[in-house]
Amino acid sequence: MTAPAGGFMGEPSADGRFGDFGGMFVPETLVPACQELDRAFRSAWGDPGFRGELDRLLRDYAGRPSPLTECPNLSSELGVRILLKREDLNHTGSHKINNVLGQALLAQRMGKTSLVAETGAGQHGVATATAAALFGMDCVVYMGTVDIARQELNVFRMRLLGTEVRAAETGSRTLKDAVNETLRHWVAVADTTHYCLGSVMGPHPYPWMVREFQRVVGEEARRQCAEILDGGVPDVVTAAVGGGSNAAGIFAGFADTGARLVGVEPAGGAAVGRAVPGIVHGSRSYLMQDEWGQVLEAESISAGLDYPGVGPEHSHLAATGRATYEQVTDAEVIEAFSLLSRTEGIICALECAHALAWVSRARADLAGRTVLLNLSGRGDKDVDQMMGILG
Amino acid sequence: MTEAADAAPPGGTEHGWGRLESALRDRRNRGGKCFVPYLTGGLGDDWLETICAVAAAGADAIEIGVPFSDPVMDGTVIQQANDRALSEGATPQSILAEVRGASADIGVPTAVMTYANIAHHMGYERFASSLAEAGISGCILPDLPLEEVGEWAACADAAGVETVLLAAPTAPDERLPRLCARSRGFVYSVGLMGITGVREALAASATRTAARIKAVTDMPVLVGVGVGTPAQAAEVCRVADGAVVGSAIVTRMLEGAGPDGVAGLVAEFRAALDAAHS
Ligand SMILES: Cc1ncc(COP(=O)(O)O)c(C=O)c1O
Repeated sequence: MTAPAGGFMGEPSADGRFGDFGGMFVPETLVPACQELDRAFRSAWGDPGFRGELDRLLRDYAGRPSPLTECPNLSSELGVRILLKREDLNHTGSHKINNVLGQALLAQRMGKTSLVAETGAGQHGVATATAAALFGMDCVVYMGTVDIARQELNVFRMRLLGTEVRAAETGSRTLKDAVNETLRHWVAVADTTHYCLGSVMGPHPYPWMVREFQRVVGEEARRQCAEILDGGVPDVVTAAVGGGSNAAGIFAGFADTGARLVGVEPAGGAAVGRAVPGIVHGSRSYLMQDEWGQVLEAESISAGLDYPGVGPEHSHLAATGRATYEQVTDAEVIEAFSLLSRTEGIICALECAHALAWVSRARADLAGRTVLLNLSGRGDKDVDQMMGILG
Repeated sequence: MTEAADAAPPGGTEHGWGRLESALRDRRNRGGKCFVPYLTGGLGDDWLETICAVAAAGADAIEIGVPFSDPVMDGTVIQQANDRALSEGATPQSILAEVRGASADIGVPTAVMTYANIAHHMGYERFASSLAEAGISGCILPDLPLEEVGEWAACADAAGVETVLLAAPTAPDERLPRLCARSRGFVYSVGLMGITGVREALAASATRTAARIKAVTDMPVLVGVGVGTPAQAAEVCRVADGAVVGSAIVTRMLEGAGPDGVAGLVAEFRAALDAAHS
C-alpha cells in the first residue's frame, strides 16, 4: 500500500478527485451551484467562527460527544473486545445529524432559505427536517415509494417537523431514485435552495465536505480509545457502508494509524465488492451496473444501505488497499441485530448491524483483538419491519 | 455570409466542420432556422421508421436518445420513454446497430444523446468508434461538463464524432467562450434552469442565454429544454439559430402516433420556423 502524498483522507485534488475517483459529473446547469458550494465550504471550514458555532450546535443540540461503550457480554460471547461508538444516542438517532447541522449552518451562511434532501431509511430525511425546523428553513425530502412503505415512522416524523415528503416513483423507487429526483428538483431552485446530501457521495465538494462533517465521529473515538487503550488505537475499525458517510467519519480518525479499516456492505448492494467503476450522481466511483452500464437496483434488508453506488473516497481506499470491504447477507444481519439486543440491551439500526454481522462471522480471525464499531443509529425505525420477520 | 465566417473557426476542428455542424450552418446560411427533434432510440417497434419519417418532414439533424437508467437531466416524459425502451430490451448496441443499417435512409446527420456512464462503461474510445461506425455524427453527454469532458472529447475528436456541449443560463461570462471553443457541431443553449419537459410558456432565460452565447461564437446556437410548441420554437429562433425539441416529440411516440403522426408534428415545427423567419 502506498499512501498518497498528503496521507489518506486529506483534501481531494483541485478537480475533486481521490485518486481515480470523484469529480463533478453534473450537467452544466448544476456546475455553478457546485462551485459556489465548494467556495463556501472552504471559506467556512477555515473560519474559526463557523467551526465554533458548529461545535456548539453539536454539543448543545445534538448531544455530542457520543459515548464509547465497552460491551462485556457481547465481547465474551464473541471472544473479541468490542467498543461501540454510540452515534445511536445522538439527537434524531443516528450519525446523520452531524453532517446535516454542518450543511444547514453552511446553507444559512450562503443565504439559502430552503433545504432539499434525499433519504433512504429516512434517518437523513429526519435529520434534515430537524435542522430545517431549527434554522427556520423550508424543507422538501424525496423518498422512494418502496422506502416510504417500509419506513412509515420516519415519514411521519418528517411531516411532524414541518417537512414536505415527496415520493420518488421512478426506477427502483429507493434511495438511488430519490437522489435523481432531488437533483432534478435542485437544478431549478439552486439560487435559494441548498441540496443537503446525506452521504459521502455526489459531485465534488460533497464527498469531501460530508466526510469532514462526519470526521468528528472518528476524532472523538480516537481520543476515547486512547483513554481506555493506554494511548493506543484499536486493531480494527469497522462500519457499515451505504454511501459511506458513517464509515468515512470514523475511518478519518484512524487513517493515519496502523488500525485495520473494514467497511461492510450488504451482499445485495456491494458496489466496492464488485469493483466496477462507473459514473452516476455526480461522481466516478464503484457502481453496480449491468453489461451496458445501466445502474442496477441494490437489494438489502436495510433501506439505508439500499444503494448501488458508494462514495468515491471508499473506492480509492479500496483500490489502494488502505481499507477493505466485506459483504454480509440479510440473514447474518438479522442475527446480529438480535445478538446485540439480547447481550447488551441495545437495539441498533439494521445498517450498523451489518458491521456487527461481519465481526461475528470473522470472530475466529479477530479473537483477542479490539474492534471499534461505529454504531451509526438506533433501531426504532426498524422494529416494525423486524417484528414482521422475527414475529 | 462572408467568406471569413465560412472558414473553420479558430479553435475549431483542423479539418473543418463535421457533418452535423455543416448541415446546421448550411440551413443558417440559407437564411433559415434549424430544427432538431429528439427521439428515444429503441422505443416501440417503429422508432427507426419514425426517425426516417422525421428526417423527411424537415428535421435538419436528429438527436437519438440512448436510454439510461438514471437520466437526471430529464423530466417525466423522457424518463418514461427511457424506462419503456429499456424494458423492451433496448441496449446501446442494439440501437447503434439499427441506426448503422439505416443511416443512408435517414439522410440527415444524427447525434446520440445519452449519459456519461453508457460511454464510460463501454470505454470512451470504443464508444466513440462505435458511433462513427454507425454513421452517427455527434454526441451529447450532458453529465460531462467542461471540467470533465476532456477525456471523452479527445476520443470523440479522434473518431471524428462531434461533441456538443451544453451552456447553462447561469454560466458566468468567462465560461461561455471556453464552452464554445470545446463544443463541436453546435452549442446547446439550455433554455431554462431545470429538466426536460414541455412548459406553458418559453422562459425568459431561453432567448437571453442564446443571445449571450451568440455574442461570443460563430457556431450555430440551438436552444433546447423547455421548447415544446411550434410557437415557442419560432419565438426562441428570433435570437437563436435553431431549436431542439424532445419531450413534445417523445410524447407523440409514447402515445403511439407512429412514424406519420410524429412526422406530422415535426412538419408543424418546420412550418412555424419557415414562416417566422423566411
Ligand atoms: C443508521 C444508519 N447507518 C448507516 C446508514 C448508511 O449511510 P452511510 O453509509 O452514509 O453512513 C444510514 C442511512 O440511512 C443509517 O440510517
